[in-house]
Amino acid sequence: MKILVCITHVPDTTSKISFTDNDTKFDKTGVQYIIGPYEDYAIARAMELKEANGADVTVLNVGMAETEPTIRKALAIGADDAIRVNAEPVDSLFVANQIAAVAKENQYDLILMGRESIDFNGGQVHAMVGELLNIPSLSPVMQLDIDGSTAKMAKEIEGGKEYVEVDMPFVAGCQEPIAEWRIPNMRGIMTARSKPLNVIEAVGDEVSTEVKKFELPPAKGAVKIVDNVDELVSLLKNEAKVL
Amino acid sequence: MSVLVYIESSEGKIKKSSREAVSYGATLGGDVVAICLENIDDAELASVGKNGATKVMGSTENLDTAEAASSALAQAVNSTGADTVVFANSSSSGAIGARLAIKIDASMVSNVVSLPETGSGYSVRKSIFTGNAFVTVELKKSNKILSVNKNTVDLKEDGGDASVEQFSPSISEDDKRVKVTNIDKATGKVLLPEAEIVVSGGRGLKGPENWGMVEDLAEALGAATGCSKPVSDLDWRPHSEHVGQTGIKVSPSLYIAIGISGAIQHLAGVNSSKNIVVINTDEEAPFFKAADYGIVGDAFEVVPKLTEAIKASQ
Repeated sequence: MKILVCITHVPDTTSKISFTDNDTKFDKTGVQYIIGPYEDYAIARAMELKEANGADVTVLNVGMAETEPTIRKALAIGADDAIRVNAEPVDSLFVANQIAAVAKENQYDLILMGRESIDFNGGQVHAMVGELLNIPSLSPVMQLDIDGSTAKMAKEIEGGKEYVEVDMPFVAGCQEPIAEWRIPNMRGIMTARSKPLNVIEAVGDEVSTEVKKFELPPAKGAVKIVDNVDELVSLLKNEAKVL
Repeated sequence: MSVLVYIESSEGKIKKSSREAVSYGATLGGDVVAICLENIDDAELASVGKNGATKVMGSTENLDTAEAASSALAQAVNSTGADTVVFANSSSSGAIGARLAIKIDASMVSNVVSLPETGSGYSVRKSIFTGNAFVTVELKKSNKILSVNKNTVDLKEDGGDASVEQFSPSISEDDKRVKVTNIDKATGKVLLPEAEIVVSGGRGLKGPENWGMVEDLAEALGAATGCSKPVSDLDWRPHSEHVGQTGIKVSPSLYIAIGISGAIQHLAGVNSSKNIVVINTDEEAPFFKAADYGIVGDAFEVVPKLTEAIKASQ
């Protein structure tokens, strides 16, 4: 089985968010970058499937050379090789076109990614890749088991779960609790250095959206600490007007 | 110009977020056609007229996969001549909308929090970094898909009934490759992403056996119940109640957090709530910095009293 895991290179979830260049660019100063948490789940599930059934796991990222430490971390967790598409991931359509082009050449049985990136929160790339390749796409997937050529999955829906079955190949946007996160061990970190990381150029330059201006939410006012529940109920009723 | 609005239902009723999406569509100008790909009754369909739709297309079949739904929507775009498709942001809107974007060559933006500005180009504001920032994005293609967050526009309720038209799209074998085998869904409960009031509990509640008081408070308020990530990781509560960065993002008018310290990942899921109340024994809990109102005290004493005070005030 061949598995492609697509990862994002995103600011750590505890990063201070700020912007530069007249609010047209994210300020990367002092920001720690990580594999997106949803893709951490995707990689972990790919590793579990590899250990159970055997699989070749390739990691893909669309990004400039700065993303290589993040890609190496995925190799340290246990992916066999990696591909970096050498371009800024400008929007969902651009990234989906890159992933689809790689997938067309390599015939993966399973394409895993996160349900959404934690920076732009688009949640579109998995479905676009599915459509571009004319294969099914499912998201958010919280359980995935392979039985022969068929996959059984649980998808999160509002207020519960939907269980589905589909034959491979397909695309899945992953989320917890699909697998336990893995932390690279020393041996993984050592072997990751010599695993292949192939850099390829982007195909096409079609984009569908363009960033104009970033902004931060207005600062929150100070909290009102109250002494008793009657005062709270009165404030919720008369000041906040939510009761 | 005409606008197609994709509407969803829950237990036979059109979701409030879908009604808001129809109201959003109605403010864009032009004909507004709503489309529902679940089999619900005609009177319920017609009622989206009051939210601003002139016509509603209803399917007699449940088209519950992204493949079938996006194919059906592409056919509806074709037959109505719509150049804009509006979704209410939901667990399925990204999956359906993004497949549709490829089919009809549209620009798509999710988590939209504003009406479009059309002065120079066509742009909208969207929420990013899980509610911690916003960005204005231009949609470059002539067809547009907007997936809109809750509370972006006021709900319009002054229209008449919409005309109901039966919609029977042709669905190919390729679009039937995903088989839905079972749905496991709580019934008769307020859906967390739709709720106007959410009551959430954290590890401060010490164990799943203590959730009765959270549920009592939620019931008194007509609220949905939520929880923090450690609580769902410990299996005290189901994952569908996990509010936060990697769980459900909520934007109710009132969020009440009980025994939750307020890790940044939890705040990411609640920061678009209009009012936040925090109840915690630790006055240094970071959640108080993000709150509007706070009570420093023991949840086991405060919460039952709060439930009584709310019942008494109703």
